[in-house]
Amino acid sequence: MNRRPGFLVYGLLIAFVLGSAAPLYWSFLIGSHTKDVMAQQVPPLLPGGHFLENAGRVFETVPFWKAMGNSLLVSGVTATSVVFFSTLAGFAFAKLRFRGSGALLVFVVATMAVPTQLGVVPLFILMAKLGWTGSVWAVIIPWVVTAFGVFFMRQYLVDAVPDELIEAARVDGCSQFRIFWNVAVPAARPAAAILWLFTFMQVWTDFFWPLIVLPGDNPTVQIALNQLQSGYYTDYSLVLAGASLATLPLLILFIATGKQFVSGIMQGAVKG
Amino acid sequence: MTHRTQAPSGDDLASSPLAGPPPVRVEPSPPPASRHHRRGRLTRRQRLSAWDVKLSPYLYISPFFVLFAVVGLFPLAYTAYVSVFDWSLLGGKGDFVGLQNFEDVLGNPYFLKSLVNTISIFLLSSIPQVVIAVSLAGLLDTHLRGRTLWRMSILLPFVVSPVVVAIIFGNLFGDTYGLINQALGYVGIEPIQWHTNRFASHLAIASMVNWRWTGYNALIFLAAMQAVPRDLYESASLDGAGRVRQFLNITIPMIRPTMIFVIITSTIGGLQIFAEPRLFDTTLAQNGGSDRQFGTLTMLIYDFGWHLRDLGRASATAWLLFLLIVVIALVNFLVSRRLNALGGRR
Repeated sequence: MNRRPGFLVYGLLIAFVLGSAAPLYWSFLIGSHTKDVMAQQVPPLLPGGHFLENAGRVFETVPFWKAMGNSLLVSGVTATSVVFFSTLAGFAFAKLRFRGSGALLVFVVATMAVPTQLGVVPLFILMAKLGWTGSVWAVIIPWVVTAFGVFFMRQYLVDAVPDELIEAARVDGCSQFRIFWNVAVPAARPAAAILWLFTFMQVWTDFFWPLIVLPGDNPTVQIALNQLQSGYYTDYSLVLAGASLATLPLLILFIATGKQFVSGIMQGAVKG
Repeated sequence: MTHRTQAPSGDDLASSPLAGPPPVRVEPSPPPASRHHRRGRLTRRQRLSAWDVKLSPYLYISPFFVLFAVVGLFPLAYTAYVSVFDWSLLGGKGDFVGLQNFEDVLGNPYFLKSLVNTISIFLLSSIPQVVIAVSLAGLLDTHLRGRTLWRMSILLPFVVSPVVVAIIFGNLFGDTYGLINQALGYVGIEPIQWHTNRFASHLAIASMVNWRWTGYNALIFLAAMQAVPRDLYESASLDGAGRVRQFLNITIPMIRPTMIFVIITSTIGGLQIFAEPRLFDTTLAQNGGSDRQFGTLTMLIYDFGWHLRDLGRASATAWLLFLLIVVIALVNFLVSRRLNALGGRR
């Protein structure tokens, strides 16, 4: 509604934002004190000076750096590959004419409603047969292109690339791939950036599948945190310091690219 | 494009041989579709180009379809196959047992418990979430100062992984030292056993889901609200309708399709909840509490498959969960269609 909001609106929004930030602050707060702080009558309001010490204990307790490296690798490779294959397929659906394209696109959209998480057992058997269990590739390969990515890029490219431009390139004798590379890819950049960020985040936060295929000594960050929580949950400072550290990379990414996140969601970026 | 891609004419042969996708270009067999009198005059390169136009689209979309067949379709079907065998995690396929696994799962007391927990957590997280997200979107759909900053701020929880959310909230909802019980103590309320009381544990887990997703869904609703034609509000104002009235009578009906979309996607995701209840459990088994008071169906799949090493029963459970998702999605669909019909009559 188009009006100037009053104090009530700002007040409610501030309350909501504080509620959104408070648990994160709490995590850092406890992570920067010793664990005795939890037994105090009045909880602390300001961070203490023990964060680095707690972080050091995190590194000793779980293979944290290995987990970080794995998570960066898995998320980065998956996001890059999703963007490449989705742009390619999205370009074909948006700008190339071929028999059955309409029906195939409907099929792609329909697959988004299939809860693939329920196929974990056969997927695990398959990975075991291939000898990939335990390797980060078992986490990467199944998600190198997604229905959501294809549909998202298709929706963007339909309007972003004028048909005349493609016709002109074709008359000039460009092959289909060359048209893709020289015309569609440059136009797709803004949407590609959004898709990359979302995929990176989704893979970074994923838990169920990595828990099944990765062993304890070759974890992603989420799996390492699970080890920390299940083994040492009473050592609140240790666990929450670990939780804070694990959130830091995404937080930095979010602060740097929050605008894209927001516009991505508002353009119809959906879950899944 | 309004016309078909034409066959290459004589002078568009300048295409660089480096540019095309190699798998198409190494197929020199003649295109069957161009069997007409000009065929004899087509050069090799023209024929390749025709193939390029015809086949490249299929090549470009094929990675998705191949991958979906292997990691989406095949596993769902193969889950049914595994579910009728005695199938151990380490030993592999055993005897055919028919529906024995389904009987075992349905007869297992934890199945019904997990089913009820899953639905309970789902309802506690989805209903308040939609209500709060719609209201929040209504607040954001005004002439705010610093619009982008507000939008970014409410999205902050979305970048925190479910595992981290569960760790932090598990601490906040601690039975003995938790901040929430401390705060309740100040206003004279007895500490709540967030981990052992069944309903309280569902509330705690639902609050994690709500915290992470409300801002995200608010932005989706906000996008829908901004597409509502502004003159609807102007005429309502002239008729003397207040802000709240306009919100209820114009905004909500206009964004109903988006609400249905959000409800259905959160159904599919919400019924598979796993990380939050698993990490909320501080016992070593991580099965959803000592008496599974907050164990969910996906946790049961994991328990059968990777603790008890019985992939047959894990598959049977997966199919039952799939069925539940289909049923609830159908109920959603029917209810929302009914609501739409009611809305249309108004």
